[in-house]
Amino acid sequence: MLTSKQPVQETDALGGAIAYRKRAINSESLGTNGMQAVTAMKEDTWVGHLRRIHEDRDQSAFAELFQHFAPRVKAFLMKSGANETLAEECTQEVMATLWRKAQMFDPTRASVATWIFTIARNRKVDMLRKQRRPEPEDLPWGPEAEPDQADVVMLRQETARLSEALAQLPQKQRDLVEKAYFGDLSHSEIAAETGLPLGTIKSRIRLALEKLRHDMK
Amino acid sequence: MGTIKHHLNDALLMAYSAGALPEAFDLVVATHISLCDECRARLEAFDTLGGVVLEACAEVSMSDTSLEATLALIAAQDTGSEIIAEPAKASTGIFPKPLQDYVGGDLDAVNWKALGGGVRQAVLPTTRDASVRLLHIPAGMKMPDHGHHGTELTLVLQGAFEDEDGYFARGDVEIADEDMNHTPVAAEGEDCICLAATDARLRFNRLLPRMAQPFMGI
Repeated sequence: MLTSKQPVQETDALGGAIAYRKRAINSESLGTNGMQAVTAMKEDTWVGHLRRIHEDRDQSAFAELFQHFAPRVKAFLMKSGANETLAEECTQEVMATLWRKAQMFDPTRASVATWIFTIARNRKVDMLRKQRRPEPEDLPWGPEAEPDQADVVMLRQETARLSEALAQLPQKQRDLVEKAYFGDLSHSEIAAETGLPLGTIKSRIRLALEKLRHDMK
Repeated sequence: MGTIKHHLNDALLMAYSAGALPEAFDLVVATHISLCDECRARLEAFDTLGGVVLEACAEVSMSDTSLEATLALIAAQDTGSEIIAEPAKASTGIFPKPLQDYVGGDLDAVNWKALGGGVRQAVLPTTRDASVRLLHIPAGMKMPDHGHHGTELTLVLQGAFEDEDGYFARGDVEIADEDMNHTPVAAEGEDCICLAATDARLRFNRLLPRMAQPFMGI
C-alpha cells in the first residue's frame, strides 16, 4: 500500500529520476490493490532508468533494463519464429535502439514494455517477414515537455488492469491473443474482439494526444 | 483532424499492431493514422496489449556476453555528436510522411500511368502478398461497377467519392470485402486522389468472375 507519506526508498542513485518518481507516487491514487501498486512502482523505476539513459548516458540503468527486458524480447522473437542465434542478435539491436531513442519515450501514451514491444515488433517485421514497416507520421513533440503525472499514473493503472485481465482470460482466449502478437495468425484470422478492457486505455491515449496537439499550437 | 467519419476497424488495427499485415495494407493503415488521432489512440491501445504480452513472456536466457556486446553496439552506433532529434514537422503537401517515403515526394513526384477515361494510377513497390496503388479519378467521374476479391482498403487523400456505403472525403477509409459490389462516383469539384490496397492476388486461383480487372488493372 502506497501513501504519500511513505519515503521513497532508493537503493541505487536514481539521480534526476528521484524527483520524477516522487511526483508520480505523490500524485496518489495508485489504488489499494497490492499487485497493481507493485507493478506501478516497477514501471516508475523503468521510466526513471530511461531518463538516466537519455540524460546521463547511464550504463547501470541500461544494464537493469537489459536484465529485465532482453530475455523477454528474445522469448518474444523466438516465439515469433526466430532461431536462437537470430533472436539473440535482434534482441541486442532492439536494446541498442532503446538506448538511442530513450528521449522519445512518452509515459502518457505507453508503458516501457509497450514501447519496447513496438521496437521489437518493427525489428521482427523487418527481419522475419522481410518487409518494410511504414510507420505513422511522428507527432510534433516539444523540447522536454514535462508529462502530466496524473495522466502517467492513470495510464499505468489501466495497463496494470489490462495485464490482470489478460492473465484471467480463459486459456483458449489468451492463447489466441498471444498467437496474434507472435505472428501465428494471418491478418484475416485475427479476431479483434478480445474481451479485454482496451476502451479505457484508448480514451486515456486519446486525451494525451489532444493535449499534445494543443500544446504544439 | 476531427472531420474523418470512416475509420479503420479493430481487426486491421490489431493486425497492424501485431505486425501481421501485408506491407501494402501497412502503408494504408500508417497513412490513415497519420491523419486520424482517433485511430492512432486505438492502435496504441493494441500496442499496450502487445506490451502486456511481451511482459508476460517467460524469459529466455541471454548469451553470457550479451550485455557487453550490446554496449559495444551502442558505442559503435554513437557517432559522437549528440543525437538531438528535431521536433517532427507535419509533412507539407497532401501526402502524409509514410506515403511520401514510398512515392519519393508529394503529388508532383508520382509516376502516373494512364488507365483511360482520364483515370490514372501509380502502383507502389511493396511485397507481393498484396498491392497498393495511387488512383487519380477526374471529378464527377462515375467508376464502373466492380466486385472485389479479398479485402480492399481505399483511403481518400484529395477530393471525395460517394458510393452505396457513404461519402468519403480526405482521411476517410473504405473497407470493402469480397461480397461488396459498389459504384463509386468521384465528387464534383476537385479530382479525387486515393490510396487503394488489395490482397486480391491471393485469390487468383479462385474461379470467380474478375470484373475488377479491366478497370483496376490488378
